[in-house]
Amino acid sequence: MATISRPADQAPSRPSRLAQLWQFCAENPLGAAGGFVVIVMIAMAVLADAVTVYDPTRNNFGAMLEAPSREYWLGTDQFGRDLYTRIVYGARTALSVGFISAFVGGTLGLILGVASAHFGGRFDLIMQGIMDVLMAFPLIILALAMVSIFGTGTQNVILAITIPFIPRCARVVRSSALAVRETPYIDAARACGFGHARIVMRHMVPNVFAPYLVVMTAAVGQAILLEASLSFLGLGVQEPVPAWGLMLRGGAQDYAESAPWVAIFPGIAISLAVFGFNLFGDALRDWLDPKLKV
Amino acid sequence: MLRYVLNRVLLMIPTLFGAAVLVFVLMRLIPGDICVLRLASGGGMDQQVLANCRQEIGTDQPMLVQFLQFMKGLLTLDFGKSMWTGRPIIDEIGLRFQLSLQVAIMATITAILIAIPLGTISAVKQNTWIDYVVRGFSIAGVAMPSFWLGILIILGILITSKALFGSPWMPPIRYVPLWVDPFYNLSMLIWPALATGYRYSAVATRMTRSAMLEVLREDYVRTARAKGVYHKLIVRRHALRNALLPVVTILGIEFAFLMGGLVVTEQVFNLNGLGKLFVESVSNQDYNMTQALVMLVVAIFALTNLFIDILYGWLDPRIRYNR
Repeated sequence: MATISRPADQAPSRPSRLAQLWQFCAENPLGAAGGFVVIVMIAMAVLADAVTVYDPTRNNFGAMLEAPSREYWLGTDQFGRDLYTRIVYGARTALSVGFISAFVGGTLGLILGVASAHFGGRFDLIMQGIMDVLMAFPLIILALAMVSIFGTGTQNVILAITIPFIPRCARVVRSSALAVRETPYIDAARACGFGHARIVMRHMVPNVFAPYLVVMTAAVGQAILLEASLSFLGLGVQEPVPAWGLMLRGGAQDYAESAPWVAIFPGIAISLAVFGFNLFGDALRDWLDPKLKV
Repeated sequence: MLRYVLNRVLLMIPTLFGAAVLVFVLMRLIPGDICVLRLASGGGMDQQVLANCRQEIGTDQPMLVQFLQFMKGLLTLDFGKSMWTGRPIIDEIGLRFQLSLQVAIMATITAILIAIPLGTISAVKQNTWIDYVVRGFSIAGVAMPSFWLGILIILGILITSKALFGSPWMPPIRYVPLWVDPFYNLSMLIWPALATGYRYSAVATRMTRSAMLEVLREDYVRTARAKGVYHKLIVRRHALRNALLPVVTILGIEFAFLMGGLVVTEQVFNLNGLGKLFVESVSNQDYNMTQALVMLVVAIFALTNLFIDILYGWLDPRIRYNR
């Protein structure tokens, strides 16, 4: 009897990480562009001190509303603060608000969604009821209501943005977890007598990680937009913290005609950031879980 | 159909009730006494004033009584008095409702006028430069904050008017109803409607495109082609009609964005609408006003989705039987 054997060197080798990354970029040029924007933003936020020369918060009344020049790349605002510096530091604010609220909101949603699917029955019904109620509030309205309770400032804004994200993530994760619940390995885990915590955390959560990551990436973009809107309304991050939405408040409109750069550049920063995270999230979705495609 | 409509209406009630409970609880989560918080900023605190304030907003009553009063107020549209201006909330809302409603309707029309033609062209000319331009346009719409778009529009108006007439022109600030002076009214409200409508249209354009792409591959479209129907007629009558269903749904879901967009855009264009009232009530710590407006928004959002559900059932009879 002839055994079919395959020489070791012919075994299908797993492509290297770099090759995988290359393939991802080639298949999703837009996603790669989004990823690039995201990486640039993160680099800006981390290296803010190294890539700027001015102080983002110190007023300089000798250089108010200067046009973009070699000295001030993107011009200065009505307090003489360098716009480029403030945009770079603003990336720090936007990203920290975006990442923290998306991560915390998404993770709470993940746990609630999986638990809801795992326990089912009355628990699921009550959880879904609560989530439905939370979803009845448009995102920014709920965030504003939260601000009216907790007050303004960076930490409260993070809190105000995190809470509306929980039901949105929980809903997506729950629908995936419902499918996972019916798989034989969960049955097997139950048959082994594992506790609820172990089944949920070790067996279900890892298998709904794809939709979780996708929802979370999209949420970062939304959170950045939401933070910018709240700050623009004066109900978010407060002066003198550099934040993109805040930069468009007040001065940007008053000096729109004489100093349009004050109004233009922070808006470009917001749009590019949201654009980057959206495209990256879409590509991630197509790559990780094609079923989720709308 | 009646059964379907009734079913939808009944489904809405628990959500609205839950939202009312949530708003009630949240507004009582405010750390400390609302009256102390509000009056402390005004300097000295007179015990009598404090008691009056508590009596006025009812925080001197037990929780359950407060809740029942709150629910009764919601049902009778009596939201109490503004803690900032002292006027009845329903009057303050009534003053501004018309303006916001008009902008919302105009923004929706803008969105539909952008989304359906562009989405259709994009699908029919799939993978041509037209398609790429349309897709780029809609992706930009999702990423651009509507308040920034508003600022850009104002900037554009200033620059163009200056180039054309020599002096800058600004849209009027005082609201005049449409039927009193249509030109004046539209020259004021068209800009915020454009800024919000573009944002609103972005997702709907993408939805129209993908729905059209799907429908254009259906057998009945091929049949229509085979029997020699004009291309335009196929697109309009056979494809678009069927592709519009998911677009209607997405317009309903995205209605939340429209309301959020209004809140922000009214600030940019300095319109005295509900959105501005909401932002002011939050920054003035006018809790009565905030809770009334939040409930109003939730109710409008729920009613819109009810309307969309009914429209959907009417457009597609299969839905009525399936659910």
